[in-house]
Amino acid sequence: MKDVDDKFRKNTDPVPMREELKPRSVTTPDGQTIEIEPLRDYFCDARPKVHPKAYSKIVEDFYNWARSNSLWILGFGTGCGAIEMRPLMTPRFDAYRYGIQWRPTPRQASLLVISGYLSVKTLKRAIRAYEQMPQPKYVMGLGSCTINGGMYWDSYNTIKQLDDYLPVDMYVAGCMPRPEALLHGFMELKKRIRSGKAEGANDYAENFDRYKANQKAVIKDWDMPDYNW
Amino acid sequence: MTDFPNFQWAQVGYALLTLFIVINYGMVMTAVVRKIGARVGGRYGIPVWQNYVDLLKNIALRSKISHGVMYYLGPVFRLTGGVGLLMFVPTIYGSEWHQNFSYAGDLILALYFVFFGTLGMALGAGESGHPHSAIGVSRGLAQVTMAELPLALGVYALSLQYGTLDITKIVAAQQGSIFNWTLFTNPIATVAAMIAFVGTMMRSPFDVAMAPQEIPIGPPTEYHSSYLALMQTNRALFPVAKVVIYMNLFFGGATSWAEFAIKVFCLYMVSVVIGVVHPRFRVEQSIRFFLKWGLPIGVLAILVV
Repeated sequence: MKDVDDKFRKNTDPVPMREELKPRSVTTPDGQTIEIEPLRDYFCDARPKVHPKAYSKIVEDFYNWARSNSLWILGFGTGCGAIEMRPLMTPRFDAYRYGIQWRPTPRQASLLVISGYLSVKTLKRAIRAYEQMPQPKYVMGLGSCTINGGMYWDSYNTIKQLDDYLPVDMYVAGCMPRPEALLHGFMELKKRIRSGKAEGANDYAENFDRYKANQKAVIKDWDMPDYNW
Repeated sequence: MTDFPNFQWAQVGYALLTLFIVINYGMVMTAVVRKIGARVGGRYGIPVWQNYVDLLKNIALRSKISHGVMYYLGPVFRLTGGVGLLMFVPTIYGSEWHQNFSYAGDLILALYFVFFGTLGMALGAGESGHPHSAIGVSRGLAQVTMAELPLALGVYALSLQYGTLDITKIVAAQQGSIFNWTLFTNPIATVAAMIAFVGTMMRSPFDVAMAPQEIPIGPPTEYHSSYLALMQTNRALFPVAKVVIYMNLFFGGATSWAEFAIKVFCLYMVSVVIGVVHPRFRVEQSIRFFLKWGLPIGVLAILVV
């Protein structure tokens, strides 16, 4: 079964570009006329690069230790799983003691938790958030919805398998997984980072065309550059 | 003005040692303060070495994106503000090692450096192009400018009282007994300056510049990797450097590192304790607060002296 069923879509192919994204000339408050092209002005549309590891293995291992002990999660919740992250900040589970913190901006985050089902509309935002994060970055799929669609298997507007669209480092199964399961997932992710296997960002850069083709296959109104920082 | 004949190259090394100690002290102290906050909330809290790991992780990030020259210089200016503030103020009174580069007019320079980092950050965050940065910086500048008023008035009252602009001489005048501290000899100026202190420590109720739940997270929104690492270093250094000034001016300075550690921690906790019991001011509320309470007390301090 295809990820998104096209027969539920409006017959608008290609989707017209939004008015505010079209190139146009604008008169500034002091009377100048300037040309603006929103899709080029605001974003850097260079392709992602494969970043090599540190030259020495000892240094890379040391860096990986630091990365694993300082996981900064992007405060971005999709679906119902976001509610399972809140108890981790509170006294009962307290993830801070493992070096896990939440950051409000993708620039400072190193872990993107896709917390549950991902509708196509949200997938677009998740991709943008992911691409804005600095390398190395990790993705964690939370709940069955990110593994095989879960209870949204035959939904017309949610994706079924997250790793077609973003490189996933760790899945936490369950519907919903409890906060303990989430904590366990973080611990496993730490082990993976320390062993040097969590190179999802480089994988994304290497197989960029495949990921983009998959993303564009479901996101019909693609009105952003192919790669946006 | 400066006594250059007495300058020795060894002083550079001593000053760098002071810087090293203060940065490490700041790193551990901010972590301990967060841990205390966590314990109060019934949590275990971050490990005390978490700041170092975060710093290392940010340095170890592989991709960096620059938005231009000013974006790059923003954190540099910010750190310069912190380092400069510390370098021109005697950290340990009476110690030849940790006297740093203090000279006859250093009080004015210190006042300048308190503001310098914010200005640098405004330029850097402005170029990053993120609306939250611009909003946060304009709020921060308005608030710091207002908080500067009672501080400047308090400090001028002090220089009138002691008849000098030399921080070392002001500290020297407070030695001997706890009742020689400015806190007791000139309480009004102390109160005026403490209002400014609480106002510039980036803690609630004056944390509208960062406002984590409102404009995540203000000026540093676009900063990452090494840029953020520079700012983290400054986050550890700058509050301590600022507290050192207050300690020297109002609380008798410190004659040893142990006294330094205790006094800085206690002074820092003033802003923390006020922060946890007060909700955040909007920027016009905080400006009004400084004008209504800080400014009259500062003027009164000048008049009384």
